[in-house]
Amino acid sequence: MHEMSLAEGIRQIVLAEAQKHGFSAVRRLRLEIGRFAGVEKPALAFCFDVVMRGSPAEGAELEMIDLPGVAMCYDCMREVEIADRLDPCPICGGGRLVPVAGDEMRIRDMEVV
Amino acid sequence: MCTVCGCGGTVTLGGLELRHDEAHRLGLADPHHGHDLGHGHGLLHVGTGPAGVSVAGVSLARLIEVETDILAKNDALATGNRRVLRALGAYAVNLVSSPGSGKTALLVRTIEAMAGVPLAVIEGDQQTENDAERIRATGAPAIQINTGKGCHLDADMVGRAMERLDLTPGGFLFIENVGNLVCPAAFDLGEDAKVAILSVTEGEDKPLKYPDMFTAAKLALLNKVDLAPHADADLDAYEANLRRVNPRIEVLRVSARTGEGMADWVTWLKRRHAAKTLAKAG
Repeated sequence: MHEMSLAEGIRQIVLAEAQKHGFSAVRRLRLEIGRFAGVEKPALAFCFDVVMRGSPAEGAELEMIDLPGVAMCYDCMREVEIADRLDPCPICGGGRLVPVAGDEMRIRDMEVV
Repeated sequence: MCTVCGCGGTVTLGGLELRHDEAHRLGLADPHHGHDLGHGHGLLHVGTGPAGVSVAGVSLARLIEVETDILAKNDALATGNRRVLRALGAYAVNLVSSPGSGKTALLVRTIEAMAGVPLAVIEGDQQTENDAERIRATGAPAIQINTGKGCHLDADMVGRAMERLDLTPGGFLFIENVGNLVCPAAFDLGEDAKVAILSVTEGEDKPLKYPDMFTAAKLALLNKVDLAPHADADLDAYEANLRRVNPRIEVLRVSARTGEGMADWVTWLKRRHAAKTLAKAG
């Protein structure tokens, strides 16, 4: 959706962390991406490579960890894990589900030198 | 430190202590000494690239726990915008939709229907100042943000536009986002409510195709209902699909052209504004 903006957000965080911790290069960066975050992972990987040029994270390996999508079912009022935003409730089959987790877009950690 | 003028310190307004840069966003008299922030009408161009910084480091590989949201900076700026709006007692609506759903026409009719209520408008489009000009023709102050290639407004753009608008305490701020049902869903602008506009020519299954935006919206305005008979539109099916992706969403059927439903929409706005004022007082 807006992967270029996300990559720029990552770059800002990398620069801030570089100042705070005094490292010169990021070898590996791990992201946590929720299933409902709407992130197109191949597009983000492409933008990451482009946007990190000239930063400590240039050439860094990018790893994306999926976080599960959790929704509240408004028919049986239980929290259930679903793979796709429009999947029915796995318990009662209801279709009215509201996401409660799975929209995360987070940097978990960085391996730096 | 204030990002506008470099000053430190805080300003107290409406019982809330605001950081210096947040105080600038009031768009009122400047909080200390006169910077020219270009208050009033205008056009804001955005789109800057990040600056490269290289930092000398140590040679041992190590793991740094970051645990930071990628959009943390946007969210912090949105929180600042929200605090400013709260201090002002203003209610902000982020209008989101596909291109061509009738956002600007609806806004023009809304401004006419709210005659006498103080309000201001921030218009977002990739190019042209056409929409802000349509708003200004009603007499309401409007700032146009051109995002260039950008597909959404972010909190920084809106904060900068708020600095230039003379926001009246107790009024409304309408933010017309870039016509796009995908990207604006993820970017908090500091608004009180996202309102999605869906016109009856777009197809009953649009909420299913773009669930994130309709999930994020408090209210959906089903617009152009006067065209429903000509477009074979099933309004009940539109509503059912909206509630399928968001069981909590409120739906109003309106026509900016004929004025149908506009009174209900204005009532919704005023009620929400009153509830926010009560919550602040309480």
